[in-house]
Amino acid sequence: MIKKLAKSIREYKVASILSPLFVSLEVVLECLIPWIISKLVASIDVSVVEEINIYDIIKYGGILIGMAILSLACGALSGMFCAKASTGFAKNLRKDMYYKIQNFSFENIDKFSTASLVTRMTTDVNNVQFSYMMIIRIAVRGPLMIVFSLVMAFVMGGSLGWIFVAVIPPLTLFLLLLAKKAMPLFKRVFKKYDNLNESIQENIRGMRVVKSFNREEYEKKKFDKAATDVQIDFTKAERILAMNNPIMQFFFYGVLCATLWIGSYVILKYAGATVNVGEVSQLIVYGMQVLMSLMMVSMVFVMIIMSAESARRVVEVLDEKSTLASPENAITEVKDGSIEFKGVKFKYSAAAERFVLDDINLSIKSGETIGIIGGTGSSKTSLVNLISRLYDVTEGSVSVGGRDVREYDLTALRNQVAVVLQKNELFSGSIKENLRWGNPNATDEEMETVCKLAQADEFIRSFPDGYDTHIEQGGTNVSGGQKQRLCIARALLKNPKILILDDSTSAVDTRTDKLIRDGLKSYAPETTKIIIAQRTSSVEDADRIIVIDGGKIDAVGSHKELLGSNAIYTEVYTTQNKGGNGDGNETKNP
Amino acid sequence: MAMRQRTPKGAGRGMPVQKGVLGRTIKMLFKSYPKMVPITLVLIIVNAIISSIPSVFMERIFTVVGDALKAIADGKIAVNAGWTAYGAEIIKYMLILISLYVVSLISGAINKQLLAIITQGFLKKTREQMFNGMQDLPIKYFDTHNNGDIMSYYTNDIDALRQMVGESIPQLITSSIMVITLFFIMLWYSVWLMLVVLIGIVFILLVTKKVGGGAGKYFLAQQRATGKMEGFIEEMMNGQKVVKVFCHEEEAKADFDKVNDFLCDQSNRAHRYANMLMPILGNIGHVMYVIVAILGGVFILNGVGNVSLGVAVGSVVSIIGIPLVVSFLQMTRQFFNNINQVSNQVNSVVMGIAGAKRLFDLIDEKPEVDNGYVTLVNAKEVDDEIVECEEFTKMWAWKHPHGDGTTTYTKLCGDVVLSEVDFEYEEGKPVLHDVTIFAKPGQKVAFVGATGAGKTTITNLINRFYDIADGKIRYDGININKIKKADLRRSLGIVLQETNLFTGTVMDNIRYGKLNATDDECIAAAKLAGADDFITRLPDGYNTLLTGNGANLSQGQRQLVAIARAAVADPPVMILDEATSSIDTRTEAIVSRGMDALMQGRTVFVIAHRLSTVRNSDVIIVLDHGRIIERGSHEKLIEERGQYYQLYTGAFELE
Repeated sequence: MIKKLAKSIREYKVASILSPLFVSLEVVLECLIPWIISKLVASIDVSVVEEINIYDIIKYGGILIGMAILSLACGALSGMFCAKASTGFAKNLRKDMYYKIQNFSFENIDKFSTASLVTRMTTDVNNVQFSYMMIIRIAVRGPLMIVFSLVMAFVMGGSLGWIFVAVIPPLTLFLLLLAKKAMPLFKRVFKKYDNLNESIQENIRGMRVVKSFNREEYEKKKFDKAATDVQIDFTKAERILAMNNPIMQFFFYGVLCATLWIGSYVILKYAGATVNVGEVSQLIVYGMQVLMSLMMVSMVFVMIIMSAESARRVVEVLDEKSTLASPENAITEVKDGSIEFKGVKFKYSAAAERFVLDDINLSIKSGETIGIIGGTGSSKTSLVNLISRLYDVTEGSVSVGGRDVREYDLTALRNQVAVVLQKNELFSGSIKENLRWGNPNATDEEMETVCKLAQADEFIRSFPDGYDTHIEQGGTNVSGGQKQRLCIARALLKNPKILILDDSTSAVDTRTDKLIRDGLKSYAPETTKIIIAQRTSSVEDADRIIVIDGGKIDAVGSHKELLGSNAIYTEVYTTQNKGGNGDGNETKNP
Repeated sequence: MAMRQRTPKGAGRGMPVQKGVLGRTIKMLFKSYPKMVPITLVLIIVNAIISSIPSVFMERIFTVVGDALKAIADGKIAVNAGWTAYGAEIIKYMLILISLYVVSLISGAINKQLLAIITQGFLKKTREQMFNGMQDLPIKYFDTHNNGDIMSYYTNDIDALRQMVGESIPQLITSSIMVITLFFIMLWYSVWLMLVVLIGIVFILLVTKKVGGGAGKYFLAQQRATGKMEGFIEEMMNGQKVVKVFCHEEEAKADFDKVNDFLCDQSNRAHRYANMLMPILGNIGHVMYVIVAILGGVFILNGVGNVSLGVAVGSVVSIIGIPLVVSFLQMTRQFFNNINQVSNQVNSVVMGIAGAKRLFDLIDEKPEVDNGYVTLVNAKEVDDEIVECEEFTKMWAWKHPHGDGTTTYTKLCGDVVLSEVDFEYEEGKPVLHDVTIFAKPGQKVAFVGATGAGKTTITNLINRFYDIADGKIRYDGININKIKKADLRRSLGIVLQETNLFTGTVMDNIRYGKLNATDDECIAAAKLAGADDFITRLPDGYNTLLTGNGANLSQGQRQLVAIARAAVADPPVMILDEATSSIDTRTEAIVSRGMDALMQGRTVFVIAHRLSTVRNSDVIIVLDHGRIIERGSHEKLIEERGQYYQLYTGAFELE
């Protein structure tokens, strides 16, 4: 996991090394400062020196100020490099994940779900970044500080240094014990906390439901239970963590008292020959540093472990292998718009019991118009998704232009097979920018042509800014029908050999729907058109209509052939057209 | 894991921090724990004061040591007799020090435990206040506030509050008290040296303001860049399939790099400042320490007379000596450490106050007003008279108490009348004009019209999510303003345009319509709604767990569950707002049959986009820009060859 993450450091390696380096220097200087101070103090201590020498004071003072400035510089530099390294690392992580996701197949995306990908790229990366900052700065500083402070304590206080050494093992043990007890609790409670917030979100989103069913009190009770649960666990965890402080204080006071007591005893015993007052007081400073560093290390340790879960979630994305890739020596030319399904079976995951598509055999000629009709969940979308190789077949094969889709370069294939997805999206930006997704070099005239075909030109022109109208995120400022027509225009700009409309005119009225289909017929006669629809009127004039039921082809034929002979088609047709005035024409043209 | 996120967004909203917010927070704290909070406060203060006095004892002990050494040097006592002669005095001081420490330890341990309890309890209470208050807010609040924004009250702002109450304020109190105590102790020892320290404080304040202010500015910028980044990622992840279909990967990468680089740049600046603050402050402390040491030396050397409070009362030596300087140094160190602590905490207190301010705004939102007094009760007919009863009788009555103390019962029939209703969501933008609708009991009334014609608005008015501006709505002859909102809504089953399911099993979700429904009732409702078929095919059937608004179901399946949920409530009047829009026409026919059977003899309102859904209604109302332009049965409207006819034949568009 660490190896995988470390790959994203790249150009920030230098900063990542310089940061701990400068921290180390800072630590050395910080540890030397009390030693020099004790020299300074000694130089004014009449019991140590015969006569106070002003030059000694100035000498030590000068050294000290120099060291403080140096230490400041080192600290600031390390802080700077640390900021650069950690934010850069996070940037690279996000970039690597995002790039990886761009190579994901539909299957990969389904596996992670959109919401989870968003959290992984935001919250989880933030957590990793925070840990990284800790590691290259605080985690280096802490242990170094302990070692150097101990060394200095021995240099200055001689055997008095043992007081600190004696304290380290029990304190470490206590801190580790606390961390071990608190960590699983925190893990659990953070999860509960996340759930609590999720249920709040659900409540806010579903407020209309809550209110129309009068469930306010019920929701309050539900929330109270969850909130109390979180409170109890959090309190437990925090109370364990709160022991940290008194334990630290206990050792801290203990060390202070022991140093003072033993120190003054030793001074008096040897009449100041081994240690002096200045040294003892600085010894206490070192003691403080050792203990503080220990606490810091334990805290960092806990935080790093807690963010390990985030790191794992990040690596999961980085490690994910795209289930689809262009083959070597891929074909880049799609000959024509013919499509062939041979014994196709398909399921979304290997573990699934039932095939979503079962034994599909189908041959579509270039330039044909095919309608597909079937109930909710009958696998219409799954069928067409195989054509542009958004998923791979489980068994059998799908060919486009006479070649298996798995032999094509993915970009080449998808450029020739345009799909207007059922759940379609527009992106924030102008209408023009959105249309250019189909063809980045499209001229204004070309855009107008396809928009006219998609029956979108008229309403675009009715906007004050015309084709430059800004589309909000998710296309919320255009109606459903307008959005669908823009998506069709966008796909048309690709000038594809195969055009797939997956329930793309459901929010468009029947007349406009017909105009679009008529336009397509005359504008792109060679293009194979596949139209999935709920309304029979949308597919009536197709060359052939495929009726799908439960993942199997139920019937294939023209409107005339199917009406009356195929039960499903006839039923759909009559439910949609019953109750008219008898003359069936009325449902189509005025 | 949002708890660990730094810099809550609330601070970034940049509203001026209002006075009184801190006061209100503290008041709330005291109110929640009237005993614990004062105890904790006292303990914190005791602990802080004790923590600042070891230097005093160090000075005492070192003075004794100094005296002893001097005595040895003067030959008054033997070289190795120092401890024997002066040990007792040292031990006396040590014992006092140790007992003080024991007090401090105990008070510290207790106050930390209490603090953990108080903080979490307070947070829970605040959360509950927010949530409970929120349940009672009018729908308008949710329509006019972004969901993400409301959510951030519960995440970012609550976190800021936790940080402030649990960490910053106690730390600030501790540090401030230590600073004050030390200040006086230092004054007690030496005014001259204290003056030197004061210069250092001014310097630190300047640096904190400059560097800390810079960090604050960039943290805000970082927060904004993060928001932008998250927005971008969210949009692109949602449209990822479109990106793939259009082979737009390279462009998507380039766009991403721009946003990503910008965020990196901003957060680099912010962290750079923040990371630099600590070493700078720490080393200013060092420099001050050195200056005090040098000056101390110079003073000792020149035998400068000491001026201090201590000298004034005669308890501190009037000549600056080594023990005094050494303990003064110790105090200087402690003093600066605490000043640094204070400057560190101020930021997070400011952020906490900004968060608290937003939380109070939510808590203070005005709840939905309800002046209704007519209630809905189960009823039965005894001797042609309507009598209230406990059990479910499939018959309901409006209980109408009158001013003179009498109570009348009106049988619930589902007779809904809107007369000359005008309504606007925003002032000056009327949505409905002069709308008059009669829905006779047992009728199915359909609304048809373009997006924004006012169809959903009418249902919002009937169940009083919004109140009408002019005109009257009567339910069984009673003005709906007189009916208690909860009872009014109980009498109306609504399936909304946007389906919202809750985390829980399919069964739980259906039961939401009637909390005491048995499993059999729920299954019967699902069958009626045509949902039983697909539910039984789910891996765990009715016990399948739904998460993320039923993310594992298709849109059509979600709608079926929502219909089942409304069906189990078995309401006298039903409103179906685009309830079957994602269900294929065959399944819709099944649903429709089921609902017709359930609602036999009751009133149903249907809003639909698909004309096949509304065709068999008794009355179809065609709306256009908030006005009723046609009404009548399907046959009648087709015959009239008006707008409906044109819609039906496709000459006009619905959206």
